[in-house]
Amino acid sequence: MSKMDSSRQSRRSFLAAGAGVAASVLAKPAAAAAGGNPANQPPNVPEWTKSLGEGVAVRPYGKPSKFEKDVIRRDVEWLTASRESSVSFTPLHELEGIITPNGLCFERHHGGIAEVDPADHRLMIHGLVERPLILTLEELKRYPRVNRIHFMECAANSGMEWRGAQLNGCQFTHGMIHCVQYTGVSLRTLLEEAGVKTNGKWLLVEGADAAAMDRSLPIEKALDDCIIAYKMNGEALYPEQGYPMRLVVPGWQGNLWVKWLRRIKVGDQPWHTREETSKYTDLMPNGKARRFTWSMDAKSVITSPSPQAPIRHGKGFTVVSGLAWSGNGKVKRVDVSLDGGRNWWPARLDGPVLDKALTRFYYEFDWNGEPLLLQSRVQDETGYVQPSKAELRKIRGVNSIYHNNGIQTWHVQANGEVENVEVA
Amino acid sequence: MSKSLKFAVATLLACALGAPVLAQQKDAKAGPRYHIGRAPTAEEIRGWDIDVRPDGQGLPEGKGTAAQGEKLFMDNCATCHGEFGEGNGRWPVLAGGKGSLTSDNPVKTVGSYWPYASTVFDYVRHAMPYGNTGSLSVDEYYALVAYVLYLNDVVTDQNFELNKETLATIKMPNEQGFVMDDRATSEKSFWQKDPCMKDCIAPVKITGRAAAIDVTPEDGKEKKSRGVE
Repeated sequence: MSKMDSSRQSRRSFLAAGAGVAASVLAKPAAAAAGGNPANQPPNVPEWTKSLGEGVAVRPYGKPSKFEKDVIRRDVEWLTASRESSVSFTPLHELEGIITPNGLCFERHHGGIAEVDPADHRLMIHGLVERPLILTLEELKRYPRVNRIHFMECAANSGMEWRGAQLNGCQFTHGMIHCVQYTGVSLRTLLEEAGVKTNGKWLLVEGADAAAMDRSLPIEKALDDCIIAYKMNGEALYPEQGYPMRLVVPGWQGNLWVKWLRRIKVGDQPWHTREETSKYTDLMPNGKARRFTWSMDAKSVITSPSPQAPIRHGKGFTVVSGLAWSGNGKVKRVDVSLDGGRNWWPARLDGPVLDKALTRFYYEFDWNGEPLLLQSRVQDETGYVQPSKAELRKIRGVNSIYHNNGIQTWHVQANGEVENVEVA
Repeated sequence: MSKSLKFAVATLLACALGAPVLAQQKDAKAGPRYHIGRAPTAEEIRGWDIDVRPDGQGLPEGKGTAAQGEKLFMDNCATCHGEFGEGNGRWPVLAGGKGSLTSDNPVKTVGSYWPYASTVFDYVRHAMPYGNTGSLSVDEYYALVAYVLYLNDVVTDQNFELNKETLATIKMPNEQGFVMDDRATSEKSFWQKDPCMKDCIAPVKITGRAAAIDVTPEDGKEKKSRGVE
């Protein structure tokens, strides 16, 4: 499978030139062709071996290497009118495993990042409850804790791709998703503390930001697996993720995961707020719109190779890496196609396969250097198979904005460059 | 069984199961209670309880007309939404778009799309004016909402008084334009026993390229707008 190709070195040199490296590297010896400074490479001893580095606590809060400066969230400036009500995207093409680092989790704000002083933050629970409740962060932390790993996907993830391939990078096509481990209190615990009255069927959940985002949540989900989280990946929520507390609604659209959560009101009907009427409703070709489309259907994407992560090594052993997830349970299987969906090969799931969490998959093969039409397709434990874009459009048209979970196609060119394409 | 006996049995059971007794006690209607936190005062609830439902529940005392709302709209809203709610640049369009929902370019506005008038009040009071949330009085919010409804021909008399009674009676043109999530039935074909693995479709060709549209951000480069969303 990993048969080495005798012309590999020249292929690599060719690709390096294609990737923008100075053409002069072609004339240099093998080590130089791989890039970098020969003075730091064998047989020489590199500069960082010859002198002491910085001591402990010089970096009291660690950051990635300066050589990783391009691994950042990015936005699409033309998409929205202002940065305060906009979105930035997770750099999926640079990440591995299933956990998203806190500083790289995509952002979606409606009124900017609220910088909440935890000493002044309050969570109020009222409405159809026996015992209305107001809690400080410290009081919330006294309740029994749970730890859960879940993905969180914006319902509009891939929404720019309904009419065809538009954005050239999986950061932009699929980057409105992240997956972290939350620590918090089961919402059920707090609702039981307050004592929901028998006619309490819906919750209004509301944030403390400048948009005071409010949504309706059915009581069945609230009592099932929702969490009021105050930690992500072990540390306090980041301000852009709702510090000091946010709602976690596993498997359901990100808009429901109200950040800077300040209020929960129990009622007997939904509120039909702006975010569940004007937005986050899915317009069908007949002019009717689906509402309360909460759950995120099974979806997958190859994160590498992808347009921002081309194949730079030339033909030979190649690792295809990707993510799969389902808002309706666990990932059951992932298949990969090299020919645009005509034939499929089982991918290997690696690492934990958790309920409503990202799952990492790999497909390893010996690339012969010919162009590929790479796709991935997930099936979740309910049997749902990720549809092609054509199958989705046949039912939903192209104006529904939300819930585009269609199969993504990456065109890998002979030179290793990758582009976002549509196939038929 | 007497109450005290019930408690004794429950306690015994809890101990037998190794459950921590601690400060928890079993509530008649729910699970364990922890007695952490306090009851909010009526005044605290009143200050935050600003949500509104389609049946009018939650609407505050107050009133306003479109005529009164016009100046407020010009001063607080028109910069982004345009004087007639037509929207400036990529800021939301508030009016127009009637009959466009089945077209190639649906324009979803308060008049063409929003199912309930209460939502306008709830949203504006929660989030507007943008960057100056909650800065207007209840009467001013009623007047602004009346003006937005007037821009959409939902309210036709500019002196119509919007208040907690009248707002709840307003019917929006697209109220019947929504259906519950029906994916489980309308997309039933997506659930399969075994996904196809071989010769599933005819050979495919590339039919579209993101590169041809050229709107992807590149670090350090300006990109033009296609204005899709």
